[in-house]
Amino acid sequence: MNIHEYQAKAILRHFGVPVPDGHVVYNSNSARDWARRLGEGPWAVKAQIHAGGRGKGGGVKIAKTADEVRQYAKDMFGMTLITHQTGPEGRIVKRVLVENGCNIADEYYISFLVDRATDRVTLMASAEGGMDIEEVAAKTPEKLFFEAVDPVVGLTAFQARKVAFKLGFDMPQVKQAVPLLLNLYKAFVESDCSLLEVNPMVKTAEGNLLCIDAKLNFDDNALFRHLRIRDLRDYDEEDPMEIEASQYDLSYIALDGNIGCMVNGAGLAMATMDIIKHCGGEPANFLDVGGGATIERVTEAFKIILSDDKVKGILVNIFGGIMKCDVIATGVIEAAKQVGVTVPLVVRLEGTNVDKGRALLAESGLNIVSAEGMADAAEKIVKAVNG
Amino acid sequence: MSILIDKNTKVITQGITGATGLFHAQGARDYGTQMVGGVTPGKGGTSVDGFPIFNTVEDAVKETGATASVIYVPPIGSADAIMEAVDAGIELVICITEGVPVLDMVKVRKYMEGRNCRLIGPNCPGVITPGQCKIGIMPGYIHKPGPVGVVSRSGTLTYEAVWQLTTRDIGQTTCVGIGGDPVNGTSHLDVLQMFEADPDTKAVIMIGEIGGDAEEQAAAYVRDHMTKPVAAFIAGATAPSGKRMGHAGAIISGGKGDAASKKAFLAECGISVAESPAEMAEALLKVWTP
Repeated sequence: MNIHEYQAKAILRHFGVPVPDGHVVYNSNSARDWARRLGEGPWAVKAQIHAGGRGKGGGVKIAKTADEVRQYAKDMFGMTLITHQTGPEGRIVKRVLVENGCNIADEYYISFLVDRATDRVTLMASAEGGMDIEEVAAKTPEKLFFEAVDPVVGLTAFQARKVAFKLGFDMPQVKQAVPLLLNLYKAFVESDCSLLEVNPMVKTAEGNLLCIDAKLNFDDNALFRHLRIRDLRDYDEEDPMEIEASQYDLSYIALDGNIGCMVNGAGLAMATMDIIKHCGGEPANFLDVGGGATIERVTEAFKIILSDDKVKGILVNIFGGIMKCDVIATGVIEAAKQVGVTVPLVVRLEGTNVDKGRALLAESGLNIVSAEGMADAAEKIVKAVNG
Repeated sequence: MSILIDKNTKVITQGITGATGLFHAQGARDYGTQMVGGVTPGKGGTSVDGFPIFNTVEDAVKETGATASVIYVPPIGSADAIMEAVDAGIELVICITEGVPVLDMVKVRKYMEGRNCRLIGPNCPGVITPGQCKIGIMPGYIHKPGPVGVVSRSGTLTYEAVWQLTTRDIGQTTCVGIGGDPVNGTSHLDVLQMFEADPDTKAVIMIGEIGGDAEEQAAAYVRDHMTKPVAAFIAGATAPSGKRMGHAGAIISGGKGDAASKKAFLAECGISVAESPAEMAEALLKVWTP
């Protein structure tokens, strides 16, 4: 799960990490009022969407007067902000963060993530702050510093010191960096983050360290123990169909193609998308109905697939293990009747009670094309859709 | 021979009184697995459908001599259940549960350091040695004893590969589902090493996914050390960057872990890469004759 920058900063502030004073606003007048309350200026005015690269798209401005704050905020509200992370459709700005500006002397990059290679939380840091860190990693990997954290001991002061010296800090900044890094680590583990990224952390002209941007992603599997974080979910930032699907425990992701897919199991669902593409078609979605698909879930899955206007055909690919194929077939038939499927429907069933399942489909009177094997299924649906 | 489990493996089920745990304990017993009991705290001394229940894994091990445990405990208690099994001296822990928090697994991995225990999973279908022992949620009848080892992160995609083999009359030594989570107990590489050491395994199918670089590490091992032919499929060629494809581990981030670069590296390492998931068995038969 993702949250907004202002929410991330509130969490970091709670853990004692220095962030600029600021406030989220929902209209331009309130942006001006908050600017006056926060300080003397200048102020940063920042569009709040769940994507990076906002500055280049006009989503981050520095204002010298409170009226400028109001004007910038006014320009941002309702604008469709397109960045390299939003995709071409962009995101509509509904929230704006107003915060005190600072005099930036140097910028740094700090992040924590779970490193799959070591199975440890790892601190990553670079003096190349404000840059695209993936570019730094690719071109100048020697400018990236890593510290793997022992999960029992936690990040230690000496590790934080090592990183601080590598970043080139003098002693006054090292003394600030150590508690800052320890507190970031604490925020990471106590909130069950999957990524915590501060880019940039800055050294101000006065010599103070300050996290002027913050991105927090959370482990969805751990949200059950973080109800306050779960409440920060912003549905405006998510695909409405993905939200609908998640309510039925369906894992759904919209794609650009025209062949809807319904599959059991994440790996098989990805493989089904791949084979459609391999046969010259384009998948409209990833959809995993899970192992315990019921008639209700199959029906909902159909509804969600069909609510996408682009869908010109549907491929159902089920490998019934514990799920019996006759049960799946009944679900597909019921769902097709209820929803009224008007596009070509190819069903590939394999596994337990497959003969019963195929017989049910054949006898249903519905226009269902039965397929044997994944290749046959993919060829049939691609042919039906592409003609 | 086989890897990890065989007809002599004694298994207990942690979470046996839950609907899922009991269902699959019964399924394993029907298949011929020595399912010798189960653990549910507070129900020790009772039994369910002929399975004796114990309060702790320690008690279960003492009474039954079990060396393997399968876990169906809900995510909130999964990490604790794994550590309890490790502490009780269980040699093989298979955690089926989906949705275990990643930082719980980070702690589990640390806890397991230096102990003589192998963890498979979490979020996995389990392990089967066809005709001998089935631990997990896979349908037993699609398998057949034989010479091919199968290792995969995914459940149903593994069934797909197994079925392609079985319908061609090619059996399997052992099929291992290592699970789709970013931090898990056993990697593709670990399982390839076991298959390489197993005299009965003559060839291997490895099924990977986008995300991480576990497949690349396994491929480097194939290139440098493996004498047996390996075929592979990587799922997720059509997955967009930054979107999590069901499995927490299946995400392309920072331009790393995409299917095309994985496939290219695997092919460079001498692995026969299937372009389509319908051709996994065929890809193996290109480099191996049964």
